Amino acid sequence: MSRIGVFVCHCGTNLASVVDVEKVAAAARELPGVSYAAEYKYMCSEPGQQMILDAIAEHGLKRIVIASCSPRMHETTFRKMLKKSGVNEYLLEIANIREQVSWVHTDSGVATEKAVDLVRMAVAKVAKDEPLKASSIPITKRALVVGGGIAGIQAALDIADAGHEVWLLEREPSIGGRMVMLDKTFPTLDCSACISTPKMVDMSAHPNIKLLTSCEVAAVRGYIGNFTVTIRQKAKYVNQDICTGCGNCEEKCPVKVKSDFNKGLSDRPAIYRLFPQAVPAKPVIDRAHCLKLTKDRCGLCEKVCPLGCIDYADEDREYDETFGAVVLATGYGLCDWTAMYDEYGAGRFADVIDGLAFERLVNASGPTEGHIVRPSDGAEPKTVVLVKCVGSRDPKKGKPWCSRACCMYAAKHAHQILEKIPGARVFVFYIDVRTPGKNYEEFYDQTRKDGAVYVRGRVSRIYKEGGRLICQGEDSLLGKQVRVAADLVVLETAMEPAAGARETAALFGASADANGWLQEAHPKLRPVETQAGGVFLAGTCQGPKDIPDTVAQASGAAAKAIGLLNKDEMETSPMIVAVDEAKCSGCGACVDICPFGALSLEILTAREGRWERAERFVCKVNAGLCQGCGACTVACRTGAIDLRGFRNVQILEEIDALWT
Amino acid sequence: MIRYAYFPGCASESTALSTTLANEFVFGRIGVDLIEIKDWNCCGATSAHVLSEALGLALPARALARAEADWPELDVVTGCASCYARLKLTNHRVRQDGGTRYMVEKILGRPYAAKREVLNFLDVLSRDDVKANIEEALMRTFRGKLRVACYYGCLNIRPCEVTGAKDRENPVAMDEIARLAGAVPVDWGYKTECCGAAHQNDAALEARPLAGRILHNAKECGADVLLTACPMCQMNLEMRQAEYIRKNRDKAVGRQTFPLLDVVLPPPAGKTIPVLSITELLAIAMGAGGERLRMDAHHVPVGRVIADALRDDAETEVFL
Amino acid sequence: MDVANRTNTAAGGEPKILAFCCNWCTYTGADLAGLNRMKYPANVRVVRVPCSGRVNPQFILRAFARGADGVVVCGCHPGDCHYATGNFFTRRRFMLMRGLLEFNGIDPRRFHARWISGSEAAKFRDFVSEVCAIVKGLGHE
Repeated sequence: MSRIGVFVCHCGTNLASVVDVEKVAAAARELPGVSYAAEYKYMCSEPGQQMILDAIAEHGLKRIVIASCSPRMHETTFRKMLKKSGVNEYLLEIANIREQVSWVHTDSGVATEKAVDLVRMAVAKVAKDEPLKASSIPITKRALVVGGGIAGIQAALDIADAGHEVWLLEREPSIGGRMVMLDKTFPTLDCSACISTPKMVDMSAHPNIKLLTSCEVAAVRGYIGNFTVTIRQKAKYVNQDICTGCGNCEEKCPVKVKSDFNKGLSDRPAIYRLFPQAVPAKPVIDRAHCLKLTKDRCGLCEKVCPLGCIDYADEDREYDETFGAVVLATGYGLCDWTAMYDEYGAGRFADVIDGLAFERLVNASGPTEGHIVRPSDGAEPKTVVLVKCVGSRDPKKGKPWCSRACCMYAAKHAHQILEKIPGARVFVFYIDVRTPGKNYEEFYDQTRKDGAVYVRGRVSRIYKEGGRLICQGEDSLLGKQVRVAADLVVLETAMEPAAGARETAALFGASADANGWLQEAHPKLRPVETQAGGVFLAGTCQGPKDIPDTVAQASGAAAKAIGLLNKDEMETSPMIVAVDEAKCSGCGACVDICPFGALSLEILTAREGRWERAERFVCKVNAGLCQGCGACTVACRTGAIDLRGFRNVQILEEIDALWT
Repeated sequence: MIRYAYFPGCASESTALSTTLANEFVFGRIGVDLIEIKDWNCCGATSAHVLSEALGLALPARALARAEADWPELDVVTGCASCYARLKLTNHRVRQDGGTRYMVEKILGRPYAAKREVLNFLDVLSRDDVKANIEEALMRTFRGKLRVACYYGCLNIRPCEVTGAKDRENPVAMDEIARLAGAVPVDWGYKTECCGAAHQNDAALEARPLAGRILHNAKECGADVLLTACPMCQMNLEMRQAEYIRKNRDKAVGRQTFPLLDVVLPPPAGKTIPVLSITELLAIAMGAGGERLRMDAHHVPVGRVIADALRDDAETEVFL
Repeated sequence: MDVANRTNTAAGGEPKILAFCCNWCTYTGADLAGLNRMKYPANVRVVRVPCSGRVNPQFILRAFARGADGVVVCGCHPGDCHYATGNFFTRRRFMLMRGLLEFNGIDPRRFHARWISGSEAAKFRDFVSEVCAIVKGLGHE
């Protein structure tokens, strides 16, 4: 005998005014397996819970059904209560007779009949419930932040400030990311480097933070609480422990390479720092361009180094470390417009540049010391055209999304040109102007008042005439084609996920959407979490953002990571799938269906005799990864895999209960 | 011997006299045998497909089917961008879509499988072996003194899904051929813009300014001569010049309606700019004289600019 | 099995419709309908499942075999699934489901699937009412 107890709640008058609770309790008493039924005014209240506990003791109840409000409301309350009794907390079902009965139906007879049905279903299900036990796993109290842009920096600082150890991994030789490339930030026009470099210095000085530059994630094993990450340290060829960053080597290096950091507007040596304020402030050798490493010539840097830091024999190394939580902050890149926009010259015109190149041009520490000049001849441009949505919002170019920051970015560029070049004229071609942010619309408004001319339309092509760049496009408000003869054209190009972001996320079990942005667990309610437990998202890796949003999200991700690291061990939900190995045929249909990679096929030695040894595949469940959706159970041909708490037999019993 | 089935197109027998003479001269010298498709007919360009889709496909298909039956191993080549566009599209549609093929075959009453390619002169002249032959056949050079704006026209390039053109904004095939003859291709912005040839009569208001802009940009970018790969473009760009110059003299055409925009079109254009086809340029470089090529048939006088660039010697005909 | 109970509609009784609702979207939406005191026909009985992808076609066949007058499956909107991809399986499975029902002699109009998010209480109410009306129109088989 199941010894089921049924408890019907009045919920004050919420239930009792529509449903005849006494009748429900009476009907419950007649159900198979039910040995006790009662009703009470407030089951969730202290005395209500006590009444249930007493009844369990008095009547030896083994399984409990509570007919009350939605299980989303008080299931956890009653589970906690059951922990105090001898009954396993998973031998509990809730019949939702408030939200689904008394609040939505008015006829008492019909409502009571439905309430009885729901109780009957719950009783049928609870009879087949199994006792379950939540297991717990120990947590490694150390976080890994992947990506050293402003998002990664913020997340690392927040986690470290909370007292946890953080390792920050960056593939470039310096942290800083895109933000340090920018000149000023909208809408307040504070200097980007002035607000980001102090944070970078904080990072390097923080006792809880370990910086890993020129590093990549090579492989990941394990899951939430214990990720074992294989870190690939790329060779730097400069002993970072001894180097003081004196800079002798950088001065003497004879090689000139176009500087990526300055968007090709200046050169850098082969032994170099990414930028003057780089953190760590020590150079590395670019192995692709170093004469010693490519042709075994030169060797100047070794000769001039006063401390003997140069080590041409340095090699990439790989090593494993374990982390409890991971924050992905892989950031963005700008789309390669030269490959997409033949109509803008595909890079043939030196004076058509992208927004980041303009940031370097206008930046006081940039290659022109902040003078806005044409890259082709160094002349000051008098007429500048800014083209927005280059790549963004253009499904034909494969990028349907809005890059979000460019409207403000363009307004800021317009402002800077008008401010720095007297008598300059600025034309901004736009589709829409989107300024959703604090003080953003005001900034845009001021830019227009300053004299920027906004033309609503796309530039259809750019060509040269008389030494100037003619930008042709439709002014869609006038319904006419217009042409602007410009000296400099700035394309506000689309943000796209950083190269390799999808692959890196996949190593941790996190996925990317169709466009390559990393996928949050829920677009509204779990925006910094991923489907992979213990892996959180910060900044533009999740989608285009501006700096304030990036920093806010980074702190959000940090809070989630801190919450996880504050625990010594974590409980895992026992309502996950289990495989009956005797039934499993090893077909693997379930393996492909699992969105979390929780299922795998393993070899089972079924039989071992003197002459024969039979091996077959069976499905194994990784309890740390399974989230309990149950999609695999439907794919299982033999019914070997089943979802605890929602087993096939339980749901079938619920159905059957309705028509008995 | 390199052989192609050749679709001459109506213009070759009328307005494109000098180009046709140049074609014969050049292809004879470079060992390319163009075999005229027997009983070829008008491709219907500019009007047929507007009136009836079926007619627009059936007309080119008739000539192509004929070529396929007579020389199943030969690709078809034409020297006119309009013809090329119609033939290429028909070939493409018949290949892509069984229904179209069925309809076309039904109308023609003969099979047509679109097995071979449709090419234009630029495709042929860009072949590596043909380029080598051109270099061998050259008898004089423009010595880097003739600046040419290579005008490809829209229909040799677009639609790219049909033509397979790789660079729709800045093609370079013709530039490279012109460079062989010692001409200097200029970097300019209107290589593939429509010249409006097809719509001079039915949409004159819209079409007339198009040629003007092309001429303007070519001059601004320093071209002495405009090179074309289509007799229709060539005729249009020549015939519109008088009007274009007159208008610019009367008033600045381009003074646009939106005064804020720091624009725009053109300062009064004084002189005409000669328009040659790429084969004419090659024929001249291969030694053909102005008289043989009937340079007098051009609407815009070819003038001394070409003669000045050349250095004649005893073996070649006098150009001017 | 009690035959009298199985012929609800035939005897002029009310039809019974079984609804599988995913825990994260539709069940929440149904709760919200209650919270807003929306009224809808009392013919529907909800089975809570973690994900619409958990619903085995077998469950639906069993419901019809036992005498259900209609069955509905509801889940998160495609792309919003709590488990990333569960509802894509649902969508594919239940496109096939209709054919299977027809093969079994069950009018496919008795089976419906709909995406209802946690905020779409009104949609839940309207959907339940709509299916109820359809099923009533079909009578009992």
